[in-house]
Amino acid sequence: MTAAQANETAAPVISAKGLNLTFQTNDGPVHALKDVNLEINKGDFVSFIGPSGCGKTTFLRVMADLEKPTAGSITVNGVSPEEARKTRAYGYVFQHAGLYPWRTIGGNIRLPLEIMGYTKSDQDERVKRVLDLVELSGFEKKFPWQLSGGMQQRASIARALAFDADILLMDEPFGALDEIVRDHLNEQLLQLWARTNKTIGFVTHSIPEAVYLSTRIVVMSPRPGRITDVIESTLPRERPLDIRDTPEFLEIAHRVREGLRAGHAYDD
Amino acid sequence: MRKSFLPVLTVVAAIFVLWYAMAVVLNAAWAKDQAKRAGVELSFSELVADTWAQDKPKLPAPHQVAAEIWETTVEKKITSKRSLVFHSGITLSSTLLGFVLGTVLGIGLAVGIVYNRVMDMSVMPWVIASQTIPILAIAPMIIVVLNAVGISGLLPKAIISMYLSFFPVVVGMVKGLRSPDMMQLDQMRTWNATASQQFWKLRLPSSMPYLFASLKIAMAASLVGAIVGELPTGAVAGLGARLLAGSYYGQTIQIWSALIMAAALAACLVAIIGLIQRVTLKRMGMA
Repeated sequence: MTAAQANETAAPVISAKGLNLTFQTNDGPVHALKDVNLEINKGDFVSFIGPSGCGKTTFLRVMADLEKPTAGSITVNGVSPEEARKTRAYGYVFQHAGLYPWRTIGGNIRLPLEIMGYTKSDQDERVKRVLDLVELSGFEKKFPWQLSGGMQQRASIARALAFDADILLMDEPFGALDEIVRDHLNEQLLQLWARTNKTIGFVTHSIPEAVYLSTRIVVMSPRPGRITDVIESTLPRERPLDIRDTPEFLEIAHRVREGLRAGHAYDD
Repeated sequence: MRKSFLPVLTVVAAIFVLWYAMAVVLNAAWAKDQAKRAGVELSFSELVADTWAQDKPKLPAPHQVAAEIWETTVEKKITSKRSLVFHSGITLSSTLLGFVLGTVLGIGLAVGIVYNRVMDMSVMPWVIASQTIPILAIAPMIIVVLNAVGISGLLPKAIISMYLSFFPVVVGMVKGLRSPDMMQLDQMRTWNATASQQFWKLRLPSSMPYLFASLKIAMAASLVGAIVGELPTGAVAGLGARLLAGSYYGQTIQIWSALIMAAALAACLVAIIGLIQRVTLKRMGMA
């Protein structure tokens, strides 16, 4: 590894310092984020967990330049979120798949590629590759309504992977799915992460999901939204589903639960 | 289809019964008057028979209208001035031109309203105000003004059609173009899509169900506009002209046959849009 490469891996992909975001509402100001500091390194899988209103989604949206912070600074790939967005540095997966009903699965994955001006042959090649990646080969010509909810969400992940973004931001992508499908997708997501070496920011309100997936778990609490704990996972990168029954896993899950409790998240 | 057949037939039968009954009630006075002058006493069945066969009844019976329509469509050459097909064709041409113009204007205004803040704040009240003016009042002015600048014939009538038909398109398309939710718009933003990409790839396809609903209303309104536009032009040709001529000479049968023709025409045009809607939305996975 050369010095330059070492430097590159050392520089954080996302760096937030003293981040504040206050929404002005009719009921007065709402502190969605208060003094948030966090660094995410290349190849990290970082989960944000906390009860609703803790600002985890808002934080992700700030990284994606969908919200502007009212104070503090944040860089994505060393530049402002707006510049990062304009250079298409990240793929964003929403809670709902949001596939267009008038486009086939292939057409939906092609959508961002068309917008970004990839050539037709490049589009074809990429659609094929990401469909393969999320195990949806053969569904290219199907319409969204012909697929189950889990398959639709996989297609939406494929869409976020289709262009060359190193960062994947996921906002409760499996929140609307049932437990069994969710387990399966969690497993697939880990494999995908291992293969692509992306940096992933993942919002969830499920403790097992956060512990199973992450290299780091950021515990947040509401009113005002802030980070109360950052837990480094001691689990190996290779994680079969039954790792969730090991003492190590339960230990981390326990810490997350403690962290959530310490934030007085369930006082009311 | 089969399920709705019987109820529809029942309603149609009820309308006919009511129609025949009303024809008796409304035309009885004339029949009795005629009988009195002739010094004869009408039995009930004679009275009924007479009310259904008058030359200039207050309300013509359905079979009289049907006979008139048959005579003026099938039995007349379509080039004849007395052919209803000829008159329908004239009204149809200005209806369609007005419909196309109204749709283009309506979509144009809707795009402006959705994308331009100034237009968003200012245009809608004017659009609504335009529809509160009775078309009967404004139609002669449009004809006269356009005639003064040398435009006559099809276009003035089409403009009256446009005046009526752009409104539902504006209202529907503003709603339709705004139908994508915040998530879909955010998604476009994460891809750094341009405004025109957002329009062509998201907003316009999303608005299709709204567009078709609007087009159906616009088509019916356009036909009304074309007929109204024919009234002040001196009743030369068209269904409106037939209505006007009919009322000049008390030809109620002619009026009713023109009315039925107009209704049938509107039904066909709306049905065609409905068909295109079904096919399009089905192909778009939105039906």
